[in-house]
Amino acid sequence: MKNKKTNPFLRRFLSIMGDEKRQKITIPILAILLSLLAGAVVYLIMGKNPLKAYLSFLQGAGLFPKGNYAAKRSMVTDLMSMLNAWTPMLLASLSVAVAMRSGLFNIGVSGQMMLAGLVATVTIGYSPLPAVLAKPLVVLVAVLVGAAASALIGFLKYKWNINEVVSAIMFNYIIRYTVSFSIKSFIADPISRQSRAVGPAARLSLMDTEIGGLKMDIPLGLILALVSVFLVRFLFQKMKLGFEFRTIGANPRAAKYAGIHVGRNLILTMTFSGALAGLAGATYFLGYYGSIQPDTLISTGFDAIAVCILGNSNPLGILLASFLITVIDKGGIYMSSTVGVRQEIGALITALILLFAACGAFFRYFIAARRQQMLDADHAEKKEAEV
Amino acid sequence: MNTINTLIIDGLSFTLPLFIMAIGGIYSERSGVTNLAIEGLQGFGAFFGALAATLLSGFFAASSQIPMYLAMLFAMLGGMLYAMLHAVLCVKFKADQVISGVVINLLAVALTTFLTSQLNASVFGAPSNKFVLGTSLRFSIPGLSKIPVLGAFFTNLYPFELVILAVAAFAWYVLYKTPFGMHLRACGDNPHAVDAAGVEVGKVRFAAVMISGALSGLGGICFAYSISGQFSPAIYMGYGYLAIAALIFGNWQIMPTFFACLIFGFARSAGFALTQALDLSAAFSDLFMTLPYIITLLLLVFFSKSNHAPRALGEIYDKGKR
Repeated sequence: MKNKKTNPFLRRFLSIMGDEKRQKITIPILAILLSLLAGAVVYLIMGKNPLKAYLSFLQGAGLFPKGNYAAKRSMVTDLMSMLNAWTPMLLASLSVAVAMRSGLFNIGVSGQMMLAGLVATVTIGYSPLPAVLAKPLVVLVAVLVGAAASALIGFLKYKWNINEVVSAIMFNYIIRYTVSFSIKSFIADPISRQSRAVGPAARLSLMDTEIGGLKMDIPLGLILALVSVFLVRFLFQKMKLGFEFRTIGANPRAAKYAGIHVGRNLILTMTFSGALAGLAGATYFLGYYGSIQPDTLISTGFDAIAVCILGNSNPLGILLASFLITVIDKGGIYMSSTVGVRQEIGALITALILLFAACGAFFRYFIAARRQQMLDADHAEKKEAEV
Repeated sequence: MNTINTLIIDGLSFTLPLFIMAIGGIYSERSGVTNLAIEGLQGFGAFFGALAATLLSGFFAASSQIPMYLAMLFAMLGGMLYAMLHAVLCVKFKADQVISGVVINLLAVALTTFLTSQLNASVFGAPSNKFVLGTSLRFSIPGLSKIPVLGAFFTNLYPFELVILAVAAFAWYVLYKTPFGMHLRACGDNPHAVDAAGVEVGKVRFAAVMISGALSGLGGICFAYSISGQFSPAIYMGYGYLAIAALIFGNWQIMPTFFACLIFGFARSAGFALTQALDLSAAFSDLFMTLPYIITLLLLVFFSKSNHAPRALGEIYDKGKR
């Protein structure tokens, strides 16, 4: 017999991975499992217990009770501070997803976040406005600034056909240096060397608030983020505009022939994406963090691209993917105290997840090829049996 | 006079590492593989070189410069090895090249930060997140350095500047004057023609990305030996992205890219010099740092017609496609 018998494990694997529709879920899960496995190997090499380490990640993120807590702290406190960090991550990933659905890369999310954060900080963050006014204004300013910064990238592509990845990278650095200059020259805190902390009235997270005998951080922005998830979902599934975005992303030429105004949609997409990035910036710099650090572009915008891939550019997928990445990020600190491995391993595991997720196309190709091979083999076998 | 001297000396020592990284980018992109990973490649290369130098320096006298040359060699090797990941993802696994580049960068930062801290703690027994290398010695070329003004180009050189010039000249020769270079350039413009001529597109692209890694690694370790004198996560300053800006500015060709790098390098050192000369606060140098990026953007706006990316750049090669 010429055809090799299909390995039963491979057969099982292929049936679990399912058809192309199911692979949208199974491939990201495979990526996560593979990287957790790789992380476990690293722990084992260093002579640590990987299960204990992974449990510590959950404990640090407030998803599993720790052995003991300090006064006014509990699992809920940890959970809330994790949610506080999750909010900007979720919004930034949505921002990338909106662009990605139209076949555009918004690699400038970090820069747009930083600019939105700075403008909101300077205009509203230090003003004596009452909280009822200040908080909505922060959101409004940040959204407008983010949208404008990103729309410019779309405009450059529309008008002069400048690749959006290239111009976004340029803008990232222009923004980074300009913002650093502004912070150092005008609003630096002499001790922390960052921008002065924004007032509590303008801050989108209520920090160290006492509720039920516990002191916790309450991310108000999370509500906006969750609403955004469903708005983006609604946009893509129900609205004509979202349909046009998706069509352009799938096949720009076909979209043009169908009478869709590609150029206008391109700028609109980037505007939407930037608005979400601006909101992410507000929840990061005026919520989670409370001030802006000069000389660094935060990695959130770049992580968001990868989160978006892991979540298949689907709002619900992104909801889960960004949650997972934040748990690993926030849980890492506690893990390093219990297991004694540097918390940077969290970033490493995250990067591995993203690496495997980026191989999604390969997994699909591999599965399709092997399935065909298997079918051929089965077919040949059947024929042989008939003969 | 003195200001102009430092301007030239500092400008040159920034230009050349940037240039060699940009050449790496040109190799990869001319073969048709988008390379946003230069930032990660230079960081990983520098990490590998710095690790080698730290491990090997015990065998040499404290003042010996040999570890630095070894570090450069290992940085190229490390960059090359790490670039294989990008090559495998883009060429073999048909991943999206922009996404792959972003992920490679994230992984490089995570991996080198983790390994540096962990190795320092467990192997060298000192908790620290950096490998201290010290800055390299400098030298002046006798005679030439005495020429007024222009002599500064031959004064206080880092040895790596000569190494880079030699490697760059060789890279130029290979890209434009050898059959391999021709195949490589053809892969970026018309891969099907290359395939029809009996050359494997995948292999050429794989090699191009590896060369790109080696050259980026060399650039990275040179930055480590000149600007900071150490390897730490601070190596990810965004110079890899600046190199990408330079090669776009240079229209994906080596000589124009060299001039782009010169402009960037001198804009930078002029910024520092101006800040000092005008007695401005140090924060103003940040403002000057935006110049290269603004110049590149303006160039793209005004000359977008004459600026041509390789035609098949970023496309996954599919034999069956017409």
